[in-house]
Amino acid sequence: MLLGPALGLSAMLFSIGVAGVLLRRNAIVLFMCVELMLNAVNLAFIALAQLHGVSGHIVVFFVMTVAAAEAAVGLAIIITVFRHNQSIDLQNINLLHG
Amino acid sequence: MTETAFYIFAVLAVLGAAMCVLQRTPVAALMWLVETMFALAAIFLLLGAEFIAAIQVLVYAGAILVLFLFIIMLLNLGHTRSDLRGASAVTATLVTVGLLAAELWALWAYTPARLEAEVRGAARLAGAEAVRTAAAERGVVGAIAAPLFETYLVPFEITSVLLLAAIVGAVVLAKRRT
Repeated sequence: MLLGPALGLSAMLFSIGVAGVLLRRNAIVLFMCVELMLNAVNLAFIALAQLHGVSGHIVVFFVMTVAAAEAAVGLAIIITVFRHNQSIDLQNINLLHG
Repeated sequence: MTETAFYIFAVLAVLGAAMCVLQRTPVAALMWLVETMFALAAIFLLLGAEFIAAIQVLVYAGAILVLFLFIIMLLNLGHTRSDLRGASAVTATLVTVGLLAAELWALWAYTPARLEAEVRGAARLAGAEAVRTAAAERGVVGAIAAPLFETYLVPFEITSVLLLAAIVGAVVLAKRRT
């Protein structure tokens, strides 16, 4: 069954993803950490689907679709930002800083 | 046997995730993330989600992360200096992640029996047997496809609209203005 260990692993992966988002300044690595967090949540859904039937699998299916859409739009934004100031370091992106 | 395999792949997944956060170059971080995705696909397989495991390899490792790789190559970000934030951010990260991990660690204690006791009064838990019988009746893909196109038809169609919007948005954003 492995419900507890799978949920624990999901929690660890999510925490590592949060750490990556807070620690790194590279916009692409930050996006990769967001993908990692999405995968951690997927793991929790799959673990609980062992009890609740295939609905969990279908939610994971939708999460993956949204992740693909998010990656496509996010990477397009990164390209635009790179064209604008030749860097994707988040410290240089401060147009809205006031 | 299953447990041993689970823990092996769990260690691989956590190792890959940690290296992904700590690697300096984006390409190396991406490769570690791919390793995490493959380990997670194996874990999905162990948890009885064969179709999702295949999709994980095809869509995540095969499509989304290759898209990331294309962007890294396109923008020529192969070798950058370290981009870790300063000491204050490291402290904030340690505190936040420590709190989050401590809270989420309680999940480790969950067992099917405890979960069932907590949701008693709601609908009876379907159980792994239901998944297995559905898979035996209609095949691994059919067990997912039947509810997807019956119960969840409207969300499925909305998803296609979302994908269309994402395609249009990506093209409009990335197009060079002349």
